[in-house]
Amino acid sequence: MRSPVALRIVVVAGFLFLYAPILSLVIYSFNESRLVTVWSGFSLKWYGELLSDPQIIGAAWISLKVAFLSASIATVLGTLAALVLVRGGRGRAVLGGLVTAPLVMPEVIIGLSLLLLFVAMEGLIGWPGGRGLLTIVIAHATFGAAFATVVIEARMVTLDRAVEDAAQDLGAGPLRVFFDVTLPALAPALVSAWLLAFTLSLDDVVIASFVAGPGSSTLPMVIFSKVRLGVSPEVNALATLVIVLVSCLVLIAAWVSARQRVPEA
Amino acid sequence: MRRLVPLVPFLWLGLFFVIPFAVLLKISFSEPAIAMPPYLPLWEWADGVLTIAINLGNYIFLTEDPLYLVSYLSSVRIAAISTLVTLLIGYPMAYAIARAPEGRRNILLMLVILPFWTSFLLRVYAWIGILKANGVLNNALMSLGLIDQPLVILQTDIAVYLGIVYTYLPFMILPLYATLSRLDGDLLEASADLGARPLTTFATVTLPLSMPGVLAGSMLVFIPAVGEYVIPALLGGPDTLMIGTVLWNEFFLNRDWPVASAVAIVMVLVLALPIALLRRIQSRAEKA
Repeated sequence: MRSPVALRIVVVAGFLFLYAPILSLVIYSFNESRLVTVWSGFSLKWYGELLSDPQIIGAAWISLKVAFLSASIATVLGTLAALVLVRGGRGRAVLGGLVTAPLVMPEVIIGLSLLLLFVAMEGLIGWPGGRGLLTIVIAHATFGAAFATVVIEARMVTLDRAVEDAAQDLGAGPLRVFFDVTLPALAPALVSAWLLAFTLSLDDVVIASFVAGPGSSTLPMVIFSKVRLGVSPEVNALATLVIVLVSCLVLIAAWVSARQRVPEA
Repeated sequence: MRRLVPLVPFLWLGLFFVIPFAVLLKISFSEPAIAMPPYLPLWEWADGVLTIAINLGNYIFLTEDPLYLVSYLSSVRIAAISTLVTLLIGYPMAYAIARAPEGRRNILLMLVILPFWTSFLLRVYAWIGILKANGVLNNALMSLGLIDQPLVILQTDIAVYLGIVYTYLPFMILPLYATLSRLDGDLLEASADLGARPLTTFATVTLPLSMPGVLAGSMLVFIPAVGEYVIPALLGGPDTLMIGTVLWNEFFLNRDWPVASAVAIVMVLVLALPIALLRRIQSRAEKA
């Protein structure tokens, strides 16, 4: 059935709405003028300024470390949570609720409550020893785990249990079955879950602002304080780099999962 | 080992998601103090006597200053209107993607998800450059001769609506697509065979069957939008009242942790019903 013209117009307009702002960020990152939206000629100078700004480079380094660590923890947690949810361990309903809530809970609440926990624990047992990289990693791993669970769960429900049963019948122990059969079959979902947790961590400004300590400002925190004062061509250049990087990662992920699908078909 | 490993996600989410709420509740009943941390303990052991001082002052304070009630109402209003607009844009898009030829469907879906992967903060920032007085939109409209004076959109509630609709659109489209793509084509054909016109079929068959997707998508937009902080901070003006901003200011500017906690607890209570609804839709979808 052909879709009516009105429907097509809505779809085209919808995608324009989604992509025009991103496109305008990229275009104006090459603008000579400091006014960002007044075009005065092509220039790469903001990329130069960006890469020689020690505050941004330092914050980017912190953010990458936090994102790497928290995405890795989130993927492990998400795999275990998905196992419980799909394979019907005890407390399935409780865990389902525990996973859904962080997905939608406003960030200001998650940030504030985690900060209060860290301060209370500090008073009780002297851990985690001040706020900084560790507290941001814990916070990001927690909400990253919720997103990772959703991605891994979606893949796990499509897995054929018969293959695992066959491995078990052939004498493989439960750990061997998990690492040699289940995990490889889950690989594309694990990659997407890790990438999703990584980009969410790299993007979070609210939760990090609550749980970060002095000297552990992440990249989004630095960007946020810059753009609150208005537009900044440096931020446009940074946005363009992020968009290019993310597009590459997503294309790689899509390519990996497309290749994975072929042998099954 | 097999018994213990599945406990890990429970322990982690319990320690870093559930217990923080207990702490939040506790602090919301504490008395503020000029100290570090800036609140008095709720209970104290002194000379073998346990003194518990539950202080309702923070909650009473929330009812006394109209700022809080107005902010809660205005947050719910802004979130509800934005959710409705997101639904009106997202539904036809999800519908069209679900009906697209199979080969094109995955590409269109990917195009919906891709912006979600690029930085949320930077996508909100993009709108400053578009909406400001000498921004992209005003420059375009003025050079076309459609307006003489730049439109004032940035730092108004309209910019906040735009920001929420823009950033949360993928959250609406994905669950809608999930229900619409599972729709049984035979039902639509039967409806047409029995003489229903396309619009009648849509209103009596497609729309009712896609209600789980409509509700799930709406909750996924509405709940986080109520507590949104970044969007009103960057796009809103001094008149934009949202409870996320109020909480942020109580914590970072007034350094009043107990009042900030009370604001958060009331926000959780406001959102408890929508979250329970979302959970119900999702567990029903899991069973199906």
